[in-house]
Amino acid sequence: MWDFPLFPQSASTHAPKVDAVYIGLMIVSAAFTLSFAFFVLYFAVKYRRGSRADRSGIQDSNPIAEAVYITVPTLLGIGLFVWGALVYFELVSPPGDAVDIYVIGKQWMWKAQHPEGSKEINELHVPVGQPVRLVMTSQDVIHSFYIPAFRVKQDVLPGRYTTLWFQPTKVGRYRLFCAEYCGAEHSRMGGWVTVMEPSEYEEWLEGSSEQTGMAVAGEALFRQYHCSGCHGGNSTVKAPPLEGVFGGPVPLLNDPADPNSGVRIIQADERYLRDSILRPKDEVVAGYEPLMPSFEGQIPEEDMLKLVAYIKSIGRGRTTRPTTDRGMQDGEGAPSNITEIMGMGTGNGGDAR
Amino acid sequence: MSHEPQADDPRLVEESDPKLGYLGSDFSIKSWLLTTDHKRIALLYLASITFFFIFGGVAASLVRMELMTPRGDVFNAPDDYNRTFTIHGVFMVFFFLIPGVPAVLGNFLLPLMIGARDLAFPRINLLSWYIYMLGGLFTMYALVAGGVDTGWTFYTPYSTMFSNTQVIAAALGIFIVGFSSILTALNFIVTIHTMRAPGMTWLRLPLFIWAHYATSLIIVLGTPVLAITIVLVAVERVFRVGIFDPAYGGDPLLFQHLFWFYSHPAVYIMILPSFGVISEIVTAFARRKIFGYSFMAGALLAIAVLGFLVWGHHMFVSSQSMYAGLIFSVLSFLVAVPSGIKVFNWTATLYKGSVSFRTPMLYALGFIGLFTIGGLTGLVLSTMATDVHVHDTYFVVAHFHYIMVGGMVMAYLGGLHFWWPKMTGRMYSEFWGALSALTVFIGFNLTFFPQFILGYMGMPRRYYEYPEEFQVLNVMSTAGASILAVGYLMPLIYLPISLLIGKVANANPWAAYGLEWTTASPPPTHNFEEIPIVTGGPYDYELQDRADQQREVQEQGIV
Repeated sequence: MWDFPLFPQSASTHAPKVDAVYIGLMIVSAAFTLSFAFFVLYFAVKYRRGSRADRSGIQDSNPIAEAVYITVPTLLGIGLFVWGALVYFELVSPPGDAVDIYVIGKQWMWKAQHPEGSKEINELHVPVGQPVRLVMTSQDVIHSFYIPAFRVKQDVLPGRYTTLWFQPTKVGRYRLFCAEYCGAEHSRMGGWVTVMEPSEYEEWLEGSSEQTGMAVAGEALFRQYHCSGCHGGNSTVKAPPLEGVFGGPVPLLNDPADPNSGVRIIQADERYLRDSILRPKDEVVAGYEPLMPSFEGQIPEEDMLKLVAYIKSIGRGRTTRPTTDRGMQDGEGAPSNITEIMGMGTGNGGDAR
Repeated sequence: MSHEPQADDPRLVEESDPKLGYLGSDFSIKSWLLTTDHKRIALLYLASITFFFIFGGVAASLVRMELMTPRGDVFNAPDDYNRTFTIHGVFMVFFFLIPGVPAVLGNFLLPLMIGARDLAFPRINLLSWYIYMLGGLFTMYALVAGGVDTGWTFYTPYSTMFSNTQVIAAALGIFIVGFSSILTALNFIVTIHTMRAPGMTWLRLPLFIWAHYATSLIIVLGTPVLAITIVLVAVERVFRVGIFDPAYGGDPLLFQHLFWFYSHPAVYIMILPSFGVISEIVTAFARRKIFGYSFMAGALLAIAVLGFLVWGHHMFVSSQSMYAGLIFSVLSFLVAVPSGIKVFNWTATLYKGSVSFRTPMLYALGFIGLFTIGGLTGLVLSTMATDVHVHDTYFVVAHFHYIMVGGMVMAYLGGLHFWWPKMTGRMYSEFWGALSALTVFIGFNLTFFPQFILGYMGMPRRYYEYPEEFQVLNVMSTAGASILAVGYLMPLIYLPISLLIGKVANANPWAAYGLEWTTASPPPTHNFEEIPIVTGGPYDYELQDRADQQREVQEQGIV
C-alpha cells in the first residue's frame, strides 16, 4: 500500500530536460514560499499585539524595496521563460531522421499505423533510441495524445494534422493517455507505449498481419480515387506532378482565384497535402487552373494518411521544421532560386493540380 | 397623487428600531424581494450564493468519493461522473466564484466605504439579483433534470456536435447570468466615479474599492465575449452552421480562443476582489497603513490589463502557433509580477504592526500562504516545456484550486467573518471561527497538495477511472476533502446561531479604520446619519490611535 511512486518514470531524451526545468521552478517556488511563510509568521509573532518589539520608524512605502521586488522576480521570470522556451523548441523541432508513425484518435481509442503497414489499437510499439514522429488527426472530437514517461503531449484535432516527436531511451511499457476530455469513455481512451530493442521491433513488424507498406497502399488508393488520372505520368490532362513536391517549396497564388495576383512560396508538408486534396481551391499552384474537385467527405482519415504517405514517398523528404505550425507557413523557407521552382509548372495554362 | 411609503422611503427609518438598522425597517417577505437597499440585496445574494455553493460542493464530494478507488463504483456509469464534475465546475465558477465577493461583500460595502447612501442604480442592483436567480435556477434545472457532460469549458466540437446532453439549456443559463455580472459591474463603476463622499479622492479609496473597480472593468469588457461565444455554440449546435466543427468548415481552436479570452480574465474577476478583502483585513489586524498603497492599487489595474493578454497559455498543446505560445508564455510570467507585489506588501504591512489573531486574520494569513503556492505553481504552467507535460492533468486542477479555493474562498470567508458584525449587528463565537479557519486550511492542503504530485505523475483530469498507482494520493485527497467539508460546515452552523445568541456588536468591534465602521452595526437604511467628509487616506491607524489617546485624556482628565 505504501509503496507508491511520487515521481514519474523518465524514458525519453526530452524527459530529463523537462524535469530539470521543473525542479528549477520548484526550487524557486519553494524559496519564495518558505521565505514568505517565514516572514509572515515571524512578523506576526514578533509584532503580535502587546509585544514589546521596537516599532519606531515605520515606513508606509519604500521605493527601493519596491523596485527590488519588481525587478528581481521579473528578471528571474524572464530567465525561467527562456529556459522553458528553449526546451520547448526542441519538442517542436523533430530531427530529420525521425520515423513517421500515423495516429488517428476517435471516441474512444487510439489507432496507429506504421509506415511498414502494421496497425495497432491503444498500443504503440517503437524502437528504443530511434526518434519517432507521430502524425496525428482525429475522426471526431479533440483528443490529446499523452505519454507521461516521455513528458510529451499534443492535442489531436479533427480536420488537421498535428505532430509530436520523441526519442525513447529505455525499453519498457509506458502509459498512454487521452488528456483532453472527449466524452463518456474519456478515461478509458488509453493504453500502452512499448519501447523495444530495434531487433525486436523488426520482428514485431514482421509478425504483423498487415504487410503492405502505407506508401504502397497509398499508391493503390491514388489510382482508386482517380488521382492518377490527372497527376499520373501518362495523363493527358496537365496537373502539377507530385514527384518531389513534399518537403520542397511550392509557389502558390496569393489569391487562388486570380492568376495575376502574385506568388508566395510555402513548404509542402502533411498539412499542405491534406488540404490540397480536401480543399484544392484554397491553395492554387501558380501556373495552373483551379480545376481539381474537392474530395471533402469522400476519403476516410485512414485512406488519407496512406495517400499522404504515398505522396511523401515520392517527395524530397521532410524538413525539420514543425509542420503543425500554421503561424509560420507563409513565406517561410523561401528558396533562393525562384525560377527553379517555377519550372515545376511547365505546363502553363495547364489544368488542375 | 398618493402613494404607499416604500421600503426605501427615508421616513420609515425613523419609525424602525434603530438597533436593527436596515434589517428592522420592515420584516415582510415583500420588503425583501422588492428592496432596493444595497445591504438587503447583498444578503439576498449571500443566501443564494451559499445555496449554489452547497450544491456545487455536494457535486465535488461525489467526485472525490468516486475517485477513492481506481475503478468506477459510486456512479453507475462514466456519464454520471462526467455530469457531476460539470455541475461542480459550472456552479462553482459561474454562480459562486465570479459573483461571490463582489455581489455579497462588494454590494454591501462599496457604498458604505465611499460614504454613499446606496449604489448609483438601486433598481438595477435588484434586477441583477433577479437575473442571477433566473440564470442560476435555470442552469440548475438543466444540469439536474437533463445533465450536461461537457465540463465547464464546453470545448468544441464535442459540445456542439457530439454531446447529446442539455448543452444549450446550460449555456443559456450561463448567458443569462452574465448579464447579472455586467449590471453589477456597471453599477459599481458608476458609483465609484460619481458617488464618493466629499474628500474621498481616488488615492484615498480603500484597496477594496480599487479591487472592485478593476474587477468591474474586466467584467464589462470580458463578459460580452463569453455571451458571443455561447451564442455561436448554440448556433452551430442547432443550425449545423460550421463555426467550430471542421466537418462543417469550422475551426475548433476558434472556440478555445474566444472561450479563454473571457475565461482567463474571469480568473482575475474571481481573485481581484479577494485581494481587496485581504488588504482590509491585514491592515485592520496589524493596525498599520498598507505598505505601498499606490503600488497595491497600480498592481490591481496592471493585473486587470495584463489578464486580457495571456489567454493563450491555456493552449500551448492545442496546436496554436508556437510563436503565439512564446508571447503568451512571457506575458504570463509578467502577470506574476503584480501578483507578487501584493504578497510582498501584505507581508511588509505586518512588519512593525500590532498583530492580533482573530478569525478574519487567520483566514487572511491562510489566504496569503495558499495564494502564494497557487501563484508560484502557475509558473510551471506558464513555462512552455513543463506545461506540455502537466497540461490537463491534476497539476492544473491543484493549481487553480489553490487560487480559487485557497484564495477566493478563504478571502470570502475571511471577509464574511470580518464584516459579519457590521452586516448583522452580532458577534459570532471566536472559538468556532478560529477552529473553522484552521480546519479549512488543513483540510484544503490535504485535499489539493497531493494533486500536484498526481499531476506531475501524469494523471489526466476528468478521469472516471485511473491506473492503480495513483490510488494512494487520491485517497489522501479525498480524506482531506472530508476535513475541508467539515471546515465549511462549521460557519454554516455558528454564523446563523450568532444571529440569535451572538453578543451584540458595537459600531466598530475590531477598532478598524474606514467609513463603514463609523456608522452603526447594522447600518441604518441610508447608511449614514450625515454624509461623512473625508480628510485623509485609508488605514490611518496611527491617527486613530492618537485620537483615541486624546479622547481618553479628555474624558478621564489624565494629564
